[in-house]
Amino acid sequence: MNTEEVMREMAVILDEVAGVAADQVAMDKSFTDDLEVDSLSMVEVVMAAEDKFGVKIPDEEVKNLRTVGDAVNFIVKSA
Amino acid sequence: MSAHTRVVVTGLGLVTPLGTDVASTWQAVLAGKSGVRALHEDWAVDLSSKVAGAIDADLSGVLDKVAARRMDRSTQFAVVAAKQAVADADVLANVDPIRLGVAFGTGIGGLSTVMQQMQILNERGPDRVNPLTVPMIMPNAAAALIELEIGAQAGAHAPVSACATSAEAIAWGTQMIRDNRADVVVVGGTEAVINRLAMAAFSAMRAMSTRNDDPATASRPYDLGRDGFVMSEGAGALVLERLTHATARGANIYAEIAGFGMTSDAHHIAAPDPAGAGAARAMLAAVVDAGATTTDVLHLNAHATSTPLGDIAEAAAVRKAFGSHTDQIAVTAPKSSIGHTLGGAGAIESILTIMSIINKQIPRTINISDFDSKVNLDVVINEHRAISNSEILALNNSFGFGGHNVCVAIRNY
Repeated sequence: MNTEEVMREMAVILDEVAGVAADQVAMDKSFTDDLEVDSLSMVEVVMAAEDKFGVKIPDEEVKNLRTVGDAVNFIVKSA
Repeated sequence: MSAHTRVVVTGLGLVTPLGTDVASTWQAVLAGKSGVRALHEDWAVDLSSKVAGAIDADLSGVLDKVAARRMDRSTQFAVVAAKQAVADADVLANVDPIRLGVAFGTGIGGLSTVMQQMQILNERGPDRVNPLTVPMIMPNAAAALIELEIGAQAGAHAPVSACATSAEAIAWGTQMIRDNRADVVVVGGTEAVINRLAMAAFSAMRAMSTRNDDPATASRPYDLGRDGFVMSEGAGALVLERLTHATARGANIYAEIAGFGMTSDAHHIAAPDPAGAGAARAMLAAVVDAGATTTDVLHLNAHATSTPLGDIAEAAAVRKAFGSHTDQIAVTAPKSSIGHTLGGAGAIESILTIMSIINKQIPRTINISDFDSKVNLDVVINEHRAISNSEILALNNSFGFGGHNVCVAIRNY
């Protein structure tokens, strides 16, 4: 999957798991500061992304995923 | 009249197999409908009891989508019922949040979520378990989610006493107001365990009806052919309010929570005390707490779950408590229509008791074709009973496994 495809799927996950409207999701948006994804929701987002993209996102990596773009790039790189 | 601070009911909310609000449920009760259906789901194929009062209505529009997926089904019902009740009372804009409380329980709680997550754990491993599992399965989840929904800061409590749970919640909420900890308390209870494990477990106790060929008549309290309770799901919520608070804001008042009685049997983990001593003490305590005498009681909304032993034990307890006045008490058994909602029953049936009081009409108990003569009570059977008295004191009984006996006394206002 390319960046654009992963980004589109991440928007779906964020809507489903955390109620973030698709038009709010952008590469530079911070999960916690901009999208108000709390730490439990972030775990859900990570699990849903792992299932969707067939990747493993280790806990020690999750803290580096500050923005949507961080997550998308990590997934593109790992997939 | 009692010397207590007076507590009244200013809001009602219901989610039952008969309807997803108070009006539709009440109309279905009056129409003599049953909320029980066959369990045609695949997981029920080999169960001995394959009937249940399942809620098939779609409630997804009522709850926020993300909030709903973080709740067990039992909590979803609870929050829906509580939202109805606070809207009905029009109270949230009219109460200080630090004077707003919650007392809301469940008999079993998030068992369906436990089963789902157990399956994920076994099939996919520990790192696939939903991070919201704990807040979804904790027995105080409904109380906590209602507290969050309405912003209640006076305290949120979650009584747990099996099938007496939500009657006990009414008692706790009343006491919060009497103790001057709150002016308004949202109380009630919920249950949603129509699942393979709960159905198998209650069946293993030989507690459930196996009248699988005729679901609508499977729940038949006081009928000779009764063979156990019918599992049901749903929630009931009431807004309790200090009388002076309610009158000051011009609130609509449905009825008064006149008193309550709570006792325990110390007899057996599941069977009722056949002499009904503890249940009788609970009823008498409720009458005393209401500042009334036994002869004031006009109506009893019975626990009567349709089990062979339980219905008889309750009838004996009523006779023990009220003696010859028992003949003057009109009894109805709403589980004949709804089935047994376990932790939801006390609140759901207190709401039906209130509806009986304000409509001056006691609904008939359905499904009695062969009345059990060992039940020495005036059961309302063939047609609804009109109430002509201007002073109405009614009792609602709820008993739970563990020997919990709770009786709520409700008076017209």
